[in-house]
Amino acid sequence: MSISERLDKMDYGPAPESSAEALEWIESRGGIAGHFIDGKFGILRDDLELRKPATGARLAGLTKGTADEVASAVKAARRAQSKWAKDASARARVLYAIARLMQKHARLLAVMETLDNGKPIRESRDIDIPLAIRHFYYHAGLAQLMDDEMPEREAIGVCGQIVPWNFPLLMLAWKIAPALAMGNTVVLKPAEYTTLSAMVFAEICVEAGVPAGVVNIVTGDGETGQHIVDADVDKIAFTGSTAVGRRIREATAGSGKALTLELGGKSPYIVFDDADLDSAVEGLVDAIWFNQGQVCCAGSRLLVQESVSDRFYAKLKRRMDGLRIGDPLDKCIDVGAIVDPVQLAQITKMVNDNTEGETYHAACNMPERGCFYPPTLITGLSPSATLMQEEIFGPVLCATTFRTPAEAVQLANNTRYGLAATVWTENVNLALDIAPKLVAGVVWVNATNLFDAAAPFGGVRESGFGREGGLEGLMAYTKPKAATKALEQIEAFTGNDAGSDPIDRTAKLYIGGKQARPDGGYSKAVYSKKGKKLGDVSLANRKDIRNAVEAAQAANAWGKTTGHLRAQILYYMAENLSARASEFAKRIDLMTGKTGGKAEVEASLNALFTYAAWADKWDGAARGVPIKGIALAMKEPVGVIGALCADDLPLLGLIKPMGASMAMGNRCILAASEPFPLAATDFIQILETSDVPSGVVNILTGRHTELAPHMAAHNDVDAVWSQSSSNVSAVIEAKSVGNLKRTWVNNGQTTQITTRDYLNVATETKTVWVPYGE
Amino acid sequence: MTTQTAPSTTHLPQTVEPRNPGMELDLSWVRSVQANTSAIERRAKTLPGRRSVKKEYQAAWLLRAIECIDLTTLSGDDTSERVRRLCAKARMPLRNDIADALGMSGIQTGAICVYHDMIETAVDALKGSGIPVAAVSTGFPAGLSPFHLRVAEIEESVKAGAAEIDIVISRRHVLSGDWQALYDEMRAFRTACGDAHVKAILGTGELGTLRNVARASLICMMAGADFIKTSTGKESVNATLPVSLVMIRAIRDYHERTGFRVGYKPAGGISKAKDALVYLTLMKDELGNRWLQPDLFRFGASSLLNDIERQLEHHVTGAYSAGYRHALA
Repeated sequence: MSISERLDKMDYGPAPESSAEALEWIESRGGIAGHFIDGKFGILRDDLELRKPATGARLAGLTKGTADEVASAVKAARRAQSKWAKDASARARVLYAIARLMQKHARLLAVMETLDNGKPIRESRDIDIPLAIRHFYYHAGLAQLMDDEMPEREAIGVCGQIVPWNFPLLMLAWKIAPALAMGNTVVLKPAEYTTLSAMVFAEICVEAGVPAGVVNIVTGDGETGQHIVDADVDKIAFTGSTAVGRRIREATAGSGKALTLELGGKSPYIVFDDADLDSAVEGLVDAIWFNQGQVCCAGSRLLVQESVSDRFYAKLKRRMDGLRIGDPLDKCIDVGAIVDPVQLAQITKMVNDNTEGETYHAACNMPERGCFYPPTLITGLSPSATLMQEEIFGPVLCATTFRTPAEAVQLANNTRYGLAATVWTENVNLALDIAPKLVAGVVWVNATNLFDAAAPFGGVRESGFGREGGLEGLMAYTKPKAATKALEQIEAFTGNDAGSDPIDRTAKLYIGGKQARPDGGYSKAVYSKKGKKLGDVSLANRKDIRNAVEAAQAANAWGKTTGHLRAQILYYMAENLSARASEFAKRIDLMTGKTGGKAEVEASLNALFTYAAWADKWDGAARGVPIKGIALAMKEPVGVIGALCADDLPLLGLIKPMGASMAMGNRCILAASEPFPLAATDFIQILETSDVPSGVVNILTGRHTELAPHMAAHNDVDAVWSQSSSNVSAVIEAKSVGNLKRTWVNNGQTTQITTRDYLNVATETKTVWVPYGE
Repeated sequence: MTTQTAPSTTHLPQTVEPRNPGMELDLSWVRSVQANTSAIERRAKTLPGRRSVKKEYQAAWLLRAIECIDLTTLSGDDTSERVRRLCAKARMPLRNDIADALGMSGIQTGAICVYHDMIETAVDALKGSGIPVAAVSTGFPAGLSPFHLRVAEIEESVKAGAAEIDIVISRRHVLSGDWQALYDEMRAFRTACGDAHVKAILGTGELGTLRNVARASLICMMAGADFIKTSTGKESVNATLPVSLVMIRAIRDYHERTGFRVGYKPAGGISKAKDALVYLTLMKDELGNRWLQPDLFRFGASSLLNDIERQLEHHVTGAYSAGYRHALA
């Protein structure tokens, strides 16, 4: 074609990035991806195959890790860990070296990522790789600061890490950088579709002087991942589908392994009528067509205000038609290939099965072969449509309209997920009002898919738990230094005394601000050490839990009250408890047969004062992210917390979880000390006289082993904590999978729990990105 | 509304596209305009990374850039000779051997842009070439001379043979929110232009916010501007990608609602071939190929041409070029 014909057409033409160096790299390493264990590249076996999604051509073989191979990697990591954990500044230098070397090999990493995953080279070059590098720089700094800033915490140990195929190197960085910074060693498995950038990374580790055994990479598929979950590791960090996350939660229940999960999403993208509509349309390109929509936090549910929806859809369709789809190595491509034919078939089926609304496929030129799906918009879907509820994980945007801000919030939150949300409006009042109301771990205002190492990322609800990035992310890779020891089950005293009180005083349950008889109609006598009857308590069952959760959910206004008000109520409780201190002390001594009552009441008063003090001070942070704007890491209440209280301290074991929960704006359902429940039931009168709104605190008595599984299985409970001496940790973790609630259990160990530990579990971080500029 | 999309064999816009007649001032539309600066800056910043034009395609695009240049001289020391030299360059912007190697002949710049006093010289020098003469007007660059003189200046320039008039708007009307005054002024300028096409220079570097840029763009189009143009080249900040994005989105909205295509002219600060490609990309992606023709897109530039010549020589020979190898304007 002549120049003059090109001049008439003004087309872009091809602009390919060369893959020669990357292909040669693969070839020179034997053409097979395999393990990197204990500083050495291991066996290469052609068990599976890595293919180029754009063409289906083979890129390399893939070694499928066996249980033995995983075990040898874990062993190497275990051997290396204590030495690695010793010197924080040495770790900082190694992490810094990794960052520098990644920069040096940036183009190789970018091309490898695009070959393997099918994402446009523009994205791997300008987004994935720079963000991964930034993660190592940032965490080099955190390693340097660890001793000074986190004196009370230490490494967890050996971390098993399983990362997905959508951001292979970036997710590797999110996992490895914080783990290494805090002195852990890792066994990481890249996804079976996308292993190659991890191979380059392993070589970078050698070059950077990472000691042998600190970073181990085991390649393979889901079965290999299963071996890691089952192996002798101290923690599992997983990013991937909610279904697999659930299986991991079940498999690790009761094992004592720490767990963080970053799972799926169906994130809302809300456009108000006063938004800059053109910019909001452009934002959608980055929300749902970024990485072919294979993004856990993709803005996949478009909610547009009715008054502008027609104009907005028209603008959006026009923009979609301008998207360029094709060879991911072309520098002029917006949408690349879907990672694998299996994924393509899944997307196609989900869209084809839908019968509602109108489906619009972008009128762009589709490549003739390869794994491609056109950018797609489906409008007019009702909230009940499958496509509005289920994650598609493809370039498919589902849309509906709303009328008012309140309805927008309602629609946005009508999902089992809670990863991210986007809000477009030029009204700062509206934006800052909406952001806290959205149930999501990340909220972007007038922007979307912004990430940075300093800004915590992670979800709520079934999008998982744990944060990656920022100081918050370090909680997932450290544990308290406090020593633990085995916790003995504390049995209730028995007796056959009929009781001498002429007027019966069977303590009731406390649900929704009222004293309630137990649903089952059973009660149980409580005896002193000498067998004297002290009273009767109700035996709560699952229906009482149900009632308590309903009462707690109805009290959600508590989370919106001011810290000042919550402090006032906690102080008021302390005041009222203080007035009856000697009575409580006596009761405790009678129940426990010890003499610690007075000190325990004093400690309880102290705890109430401490949590009252924190109520208006456990603040979030404004993080310096590299944009013109701020990222607010806000502390939010977790929601409704079920807590099985410590058995040995009848009052203090109740006050601590209650105080922390209340101070941070949660509502709680407390299962009182099982052997010594009467201090808790006496405390009901304090609650009744201290202006505690009904439903904010609910008290149940009964058997922990009976209550724990129902609390853990309740899908409207957001977290379950246990300090019980009964063996309930495993059942709580196993039953928590329904809504993937947060669990915090003692695993049969007793330890010193600090106020900060309580405040950390009583809050969740929401990161609100607010770019600015006029 | 249907519009012709004939190939641009001539630069004279009126032979291709029906002129924008303007419309009543619609203040509710003007007030509803939004421009989110941070989002616009992000789009502008990532655009060069999203698009890439290579090899023969790049050569073709650079030729198109030449065709869209308003080759400009707006200096106090301009003389007739200086303007004649510029016109000669406009007629033959490329060295013959390069044009031959590219298989192209007859490439010319989009227009010549001069002050009023140079119009006759330029018209004379360009006789037979079909290249229109554009004149800056209305008390350029500040636009603060008496209103009747500004209108009269337009009339004089048209009389002297200018086919295009680049007017400057009163920035103060934008800054004080006097949209009616801005509309009336632009209307009067358009009327004074008669058959000559009018480009409205917004002076975007002096409008304070992108929202003001968007509103001013819209009002000038409502008042009948054929082109909207960023700046005089005399402000401290001239054409930028974010400002361009705002203005061309306004053009797109105006076209969607009225069916009329208004042209765009970024001016000042565009001196590299690479920048020119980014601007063409912006036009293509946001507005479509129709806006890649000189009747709807112009660069206000002087040194840009030399850099394009160097890049084209590189394309032809494979060796990087030097500025002195190409004729002065």
